[in-house]
Amino acid sequence: MADHISSSGEGHGSVGSYVTGFVLAVILTVAAFGLVMSHAMSPSATGGAIALLAVVQIVVHLIYFLHMNGSSEQRWNVMAFTFTVLSVLVLVAGTMFIMHDTSINMMSR
Amino acid sequence: MAQNMTADAAHAHDEHHESPVVFGFWLYLMTDCIIFGTLFAVFAVLRDQFAGGPTGHEVFELSGVGIETAILLFSSITYGFGMIAAHENKVSTMRTWLGVTFLLGLGFLFMEIREFSHMIAEGNGPDRSAFLSAFFTLVGTHGLHVTCGLLWMAVLLFQTAGKTELNERMIGKLTCLSLFWHFLDIVWICVFTFVYLMGVL
Repeated sequence: MADHISSSGEGHGSVGSYVTGFVLAVILTVAAFGLVMSHAMSPSATGGAIALLAVVQIVVHLIYFLHMNGSSEQRWNVMAFTFTVLSVLVLVAGTMFIMHDTSINMMSR
Repeated sequence: MAQNMTADAAHAHDEHHESPVVFGFWLYLMTDCIIFGTLFAVFAVLRDQFAGGPTGHEVFELSGVGIETAILLFSSITYGFGMIAAHENKVSTMRTWLGVTFLLGLGFLFMEIREFSHMIAEGNGPDRSAFLSAFFTLVGTHGLHVTCGLLWMAVLLFQTAGKTELNERMIGKLTCLSLFWHFLDIVWICVFTFVYLMGVL
């Protein structure tokens, strides 16, 4: 599973690592669709569960398809990515919080 | 500038640091992340503003979304196999995998356009409600990215036609598109989870 070919700088996986990532991604996707279609849990529990599955699947894609890791050549990529994730979280959570508050105080709903 | 890049690439031959082109492209992808973050925030705010129009229950077809998801996931792994072939300098194998990826991407786009035209024909276009405006903007932006990725793939297929080996620069281009393509798949995870699946809960 180690990448034995080191011809280019960008880390790249092997057939094995791609297949591993693919199988994990399929399992997580099927689980999310299955949870929603089977109505096995209450809507709010299902929502939380599929959100969690999505986060796990994103991590799987980052590791197996985008080859992110803790190595030194990846340091700046990971740093830029971390900063972006932080920005997006502030953006989304902040927007939802402010708009929710506004609609309550303005009684627009 | 491009000449500097190739000189650099030739210089750092044992290649422990990444090409600056790939890192620059990675930074572009991060800004793209912010665009999608903004559109997801808009969708999160407007997702229950139906204005008397249809809800997610009434307009979303989960079976179609499932097929679209499967197509994109398959296209990610076929592009991955193409990259492995590219690094082994097997040009024709790489081109075959890229061709398969291209067709899968085209299939995805076809399904998305069919879904959109279906909704618009039923009067549920982006002008129907704030929910649908946000939906079409978010999912349409993703579809536009897929279209650009397909154009880019077609250009690379054209540029590698008849080649017997790939130089460092071509590998760099293929690597950038690979990052772009896998990134779009990650955005799609968020789309099918937070838009479609949560829309029918």
